[in-house]
Amino acid sequence: MLEPFLARALAAGIGLAIVAAPFGCIVVWNRMAYFGEAVAQAGLLGVALGLMLAANQTLAVILVTLAVAGLLILGSRQSVLPMDSILGLTHHGALALGVIAMSMLRGPPVDLMGYLFGDIFAVTDEDLYWVFGGGAVVLAVVARLWQPLLRIAVHDEIAAAEGVGRERVKAAFIVLLALFVAIAIKIVGVLLVIAFLIVPAVAARPLAATPERMALLAGLFAIASVLAGIGLSVGVDAPGGPSIVLVMAIIAGLSLACAASGRRN
Amino acid sequence: MPFDDHALVSARGLRIERNGRVLVEDVDIDIRPREIVTVIGPNGSGKTTLVRALLGLERLDGGAVRRPAGLTIGYVPQRFDIDRTLPMTVERFLALGNGERKTRIPEVLREVGAARVRTQQLGELSGGELQRVVLARALLCDPALLVLDEPVRGVDYVGEAELYTLIGRLRDARGLGVLLVSHDLHVVMASSDRVICLNRHVCCSGVPETVALHPEYVRLFGAEAARAFAIYHHRHDHRHDLAGAPTPERAAAAAAGSGPHEGGGGA
Repeated sequence: MLEPFLARALAAGIGLAIVAAPFGCIVVWNRMAYFGEAVAQAGLLGVALGLMLAANQTLAVILVTLAVAGLLILGSRQSVLPMDSILGLTHHGALALGVIAMSMLRGPPVDLMGYLFGDIFAVTDEDLYWVFGGGAVVLAVVARLWQPLLRIAVHDEIAAAEGVGRERVKAAFIVLLALFVAIAIKIVGVLLVIAFLIVPAVAARPLAATPERMALLAGLFAIASVLAGIGLSVGVDAPGGPSIVLVMAIIAGLSLACAASGRRN
Repeated sequence: MPFDDHALVSARGLRIERNGRVLVEDVDIDIRPREIVTVIGPNGSGKTTLVRALLGLERLDGGAVRRPAGLTIGYVPQRFDIDRTLPMTVERFLALGNGERKTRIPEVLREVGAARVRTQQLGELSGGELQRVVLARALLCDPALLVLDEPVRGVDYVGEAELYTLIGRLRDARGLGVLLVSHDLHVVMASSDRVICLNRHVCCSGVPETVALHPEYVRLFGAEAARAFAIYHHRHDHRHDLAGAPTPERAAAAAAGSGPHEGGGGA
C-alpha cells in the first residue's frame, strides 16, 4: 500500500499531466510559451498577496495572473519594443517583486523554495480538489473551444475574417491559463508550471501527425514522467517537481533527437 | 457620400494612424457583387492596412466600414506562416471548422492546381503551394467576397496568369466580389473591373484604361509601367474575345472611363 502522501502526490501529478496536455499544445501552437512563463512567475506575487491579506491563495493567484496577463496584452499593443522584450521584462520584474513581497511578510518564515519549485509531497486533500475540480473546468472549456482554438492557432486573421470571435476565444484562453497556473503552483511551483505545459507537447510533436494525437501523446508522456519522476525523487531523495520536469525534458530531447536523425537519413 | 447599400463592403472616410504616421487617409471604397477591384500602390502605400481595415482587423482612427451582417469572406493574406509545432495536413486544414466540406476538397484542390498536396503536412509545403491551399480554403467557405492580398507572391509567372484566369472564372461562375491587392500591376490591372491606385489616399481610380493614363499613376509607377500595362491590355482583349463577350466589356469601360476621377492631390 502506498503512503498517503505518495498517493496524493501521484494523484496530483497525474491529474495535472492530463489537464496540461491539450492545453499545453494550444500554448505551444500559439507561441505563447513565454507569455505563459511571465504570467506564471507573477503567480508568486499572488501567493504573497494571499498570505499578506490572509485571503484564499488560489483566488489571489488567479487575480494577480489575470492582471499581469492584461498588462501584457496592453504591452503587445505598443510598438516601441518587440513582444519578447516586454515578456522578458515582465517575467523578471514580476519574479523580483514576488520574492521581495514574500520576504517582507510578517509572521513565521515562509518556504520560498516550496513556492518556486513546488512541493508535490505536501499536497493536501484541498489541493487535490482544486487540481481535479479546476482541472476538469480547464479540460471542458478547452474541449468546447477546440475548433476555434485550432483555427486561431493556424492563422488568427483568417479565422477572424471567417467569423471566429477571436477576442472572446483569446480571453477565455487567458482565464484558463490563470486558472491552470493557480492550481499547479502548489504542486510544481511558479518556475516549473509552464514546463508541465510546454515540455510534454514538445516531446509529442515529432511523433504526431494530427493535433489530437499530439495532445494525447503529450498526456501519455506527462503521465509517464510523473510516475518516473516521483520514483526518481523517492529513490534518490531529489525534489519531486524538478524530478518530474527532468524526466519530461529527457523524453523531449530523445524524441527530438530521433526525429532529427530520422530526417537526415 | 453615403454608404453603398448594394456593396459587399463599403467604407467611407477611412483614416488609420500608427505611431504618429498616417497609413491610410480619407479613403472611400466599395466592392459590389460580381466586381473585381484591384488596389495597387507602391510599397508602404497602405494597401494591406486598407484591406485589413475592410476585414475588421485594424482599429480605425476615422471613418467607418460597413459590411452586411452574415457576409461570408474568403481571405488569402499576404503572409501565411504556419507554426511548425502544429501538426496538420492540408486536408484537415481545409475541413477545419466545417467537416461537411470534406467531400469537396479534392475538387477545389484540383481547381487551384494543388491536388498533389492533399495529404501532406502544411509545414512541408512551398510558398506557392501554401498560397494555393489557402486560396482553396477561401473558396471552400463559399464566400460572397474573396479578398486576396498580393496573391502572386511566391507564384511563378505561369502560375500568376493561371491564378488570374481562375479568379475571373470564379467571378463569372459564382458571382462573387473580389478584392485584389498588388504592387505588380500588369496582369492584375487588365483583369480588373476597377482599379484603385493608393498612396495613403486614393490617387486615382476607375477602369484600368483610365488609371493607366492618369498622370498620378504615371508619376507613381513611371512611364515604363504604363507601357507594360498597354501590352497586357492587349492580352486582356484577346481573352475576352475568346470568351465571346468583348463588346459589353468595352462599352462598360468606355462609360466608366468618362466618369469623374477621385483625388489627384499628390502625396
